[in-house]
Amino acid sequence: MAANYEYEEASGHYDDQAAALRQQEVGYDPNFVPDSVKSFVVHLYRHIREKNVYEIHQMYETSFQTLSERLFKDTPWPSVDAVAHYVDNDHVFCLLYREMWFRHLYARLSPTLKQRIDSWDNYCSLFQVVLHGVVNMQLPNQWLWDMVDEFVYQFQSFCQYRAKMKNKTEQEIALLRQFDQAWNVYGVLNFLQALVEKSAIIQILEQEKQGLEQFTATDGYDYSGGSNVLKVLGYFSMIGLLRVHCLLGDYHTGLKCLQPIDISQQGVYTSVIGSHIATIYHYGFASLMLRRYVDGIREFNKILLYIYKTKQYHQKSPQYEQILKKNEQMYALLAICLSFCPQMKLVDEAVNAQLREKYGEKMGKLQRYDDEGYGDKLSRRQRYADEAFGIYDELFSYACPKFITPSAPSFDEPLVNYNQDAYRLQLKLFLSEVRQQELLVGARTFLKVYSTISLGKLANYLDVDESTLRMTLMTYKHKTHAVDSDGKIISNADVDFYIDDDMIRVVNSKPVKRYGDFFLRQIVKLEGVINDVDRIKVESAN
Amino acid sequence: MYSILTPLVDCYPKGLNPQHSGRCFFLSCSLQGSPRSVPPVRYIGKVLRRNRIRPKMGMEKEPQKPQQVSYTVEQLVAVNPYNPDILPDLENYVNEQVASQTYSLDANLCLLRLYQFEPERLSTQIVARILVKALMAMPAPDFSLCLFLIPERVQMEQPFKTLIVLSHYLETGGFRQFWDEAAKSRHIVEAVPGFEQAIQAYAVHVLSLTYQKVPRSVLAEAINIEGLALDKFLEQQVVNYGWVLEMGQGGGQIIALPKTEFNHPELKKNSGDAVPLDHITRIFPILS
Repeated sequence: MAANYEYEEASGHYDDQAAALRQQEVGYDPNFVPDSVKSFVVHLYRHIREKNVYEIHQMYETSFQTLSERLFKDTPWPSVDAVAHYVDNDHVFCLLYREMWFRHLYARLSPTLKQRIDSWDNYCSLFQVVLHGVVNMQLPNQWLWDMVDEFVYQFQSFCQYRAKMKNKTEQEIALLRQFDQAWNVYGVLNFLQALVEKSAIIQILEQEKQGLEQFTATDGYDYSGGSNVLKVLGYFSMIGLLRVHCLLGDYHTGLKCLQPIDISQQGVYTSVIGSHIATIYHYGFASLMLRRYVDGIREFNKILLYIYKTKQYHQKSPQYEQILKKNEQMYALLAICLSFCPQMKLVDEAVNAQLREKYGEKMGKLQRYDDEGYGDKLSRRQRYADEAFGIYDELFSYACPKFITPSAPSFDEPLVNYNQDAYRLQLKLFLSEVRQQELLVGARTFLKVYSTISLGKLANYLDVDESTLRMTLMTYKHKTHAVDSDGKIISNADVDFYIDDDMIRVVNSKPVKRYGDFFLRQIVKLEGVINDVDRIKVESAN
Repeated sequence: MYSILTPLVDCYPKGLNPQHSGRCFFLSCSLQGSPRSVPPVRYIGKVLRRNRIRPKMGMEKEPQKPQQVSYTVEQLVAVNPYNPDILPDLENYVNEQVASQTYSLDANLCLLRLYQFEPERLSTQIVARILVKALMAMPAPDFSLCLFLIPERVQMEQPFKTLIVLSHYLETGGFRQFWDEAAKSRHIVEAVPGFEQAIQAYAVHVLSLTYQKVPRSVLAEAINIEGLALDKFLEQQVVNYGWVLEMGQGGGQIIALPKTEFNHPELKKNSGDAVPLDHITRIFPILS
């Protein structure tokens, strides 16, 4: 019986050509539903009702893309009204359809203000149903992630759009005034927060640690007849909150929102590549801005290695381009972290090779203090420092999130664009951090090659007076010792030293090998082998 | 055929009739909201100290129970991080932190966030106090965390320009310049009790990261205490924190600071191989 329902993609191919032709001739008719679309919605609806996650996922990931590519390359999908009667006018299905409809529109066309507002309303209705109704669907994690991801993206896109006030028509301004609640920052944050709370996901993760509940083991799916929708939406909303807070420049709060998810381990966030990348990208960026460089390096390294090894499996995915873009950005962020905190031992060989290829030259310049180049010593050093400053600016601008100004413009004052304000502020503050650490490059260069050196001698090498050198060394210590979330001091230092009166003593820090963890892992492994051996029944020969 | 299948939603929210076509529903309840009536789904029916917080933002109001439970501001921030109504309470709380020499980064960031959302409500006096408190929290990066949220045009004004300069000196170990500048701006920093002691504590922190033995003059400059007052200060440190006073080769006094893993790197190795308990628990079943 199930075979009859199998959705055949090929069946509609001939009609598609006719439909595509028709669209070219008549233009976009929102009420015209090609047969293949009809078949698509009917089957998708049925699979959702039957909770067939596998088929839903196939149709969502593959068929929707194929149809979009074939029929709706530069027009929207048919309107929800035109397809509603094929799906019993099902309210929730129509919300889901519209969610995809808008996502497609945002990806391929540029949405009008009215469409942005309508999309906001659709999310409101959809989330209200999830929050206040009892949803019994089982949807693929990919889709649920995309919902949260798109919700935040459209919010960010709206803020950027609104901030470009110069070219707005009177009509647009009237709409903006009228619907001032659309994509309102309070609304966005409260929806995400409500999803987190209503789903009780934080408690679920807590209980899972004690073995009282299963969530990660089933990838968030519910195999006992329940629904995964609220739980998993709540879970992904924590990542959504991290992202919104990063867009606002609130890194501390962003990391706090992510805290219930243990990113040192696999989890539901790693079950979807998009969510995995978004989590680590924002976590790493926030760590960088909080000067927790080692945390940033560690996580960037892990995910870049993962992408390096698994990239080929995502080639056909609609997210592939996005994956590559974030991959490049994270290499840039890793380059920044490593320049502030040159601890190459934290970086895997494969990642290091990629990093050298992409940013080797730039990183060399970031850590260059002096050499035998032309010009006199002092102006040469200044030139190198300025050059490094320019590279930091470039890397940061390329790799940072698209910061937003969340507040609405005041419509009464002369209309100016303010879409760059948030970015400029974050860049400026980042660059002032760069300036504060500028002198450390020189100090590092010499500390690496001495085991004992007097303050006077090093000051002479660096062409500064002794009190400036004392300041520089204190700066080095302060900047390399971060305060973690529990208020504990964590050393990120690459070179360890201390001052004894007026002598600097450098300590060769050997990399600490973690034998404890190694033995634990081997013990577990050995136990497994012994168990396997025990299970083998040896037939006695006699 | 379909009728035997379960509907996608078992139970609809109040006021939402599943028979409505989608479009009808969107128009009827989303687009015509009064300000702040649409999105948030949070109900606030609580009494905060003397102030009643009204549930302005929920679409459906929950019947207000006459609760007399009072919430601390910290709890309020934890429960209502995105609620503009708590802004006045957070402002009062900043003043309370100043008066009682306490500190809450989370509450202050929450307030700065609300200012960021509604810049017209921003009070420069309150922001200045938050920033002074953040300086006092050094070596934590709180000052930058706050700056990330304060619009650039505000940062260009006084007293913020001065505070940013002060922060720069502290970040780069320029204690001499810091104390000079602070002396010129007494009106800003003296409004917050405990300021001097907090900065001195930070200075001692950075010194003990950097020095095993620090010359008296360097210490004096960093904490801005000299002469007899410094002798007295040192006396207390010797008794309470194990500082040791020695004579240097040049005849000047030098001070041996307490050992930490940062100025005595050999102390660090022990902690390097520690295994957290929850890792050990993995092998409990095997050991038993």
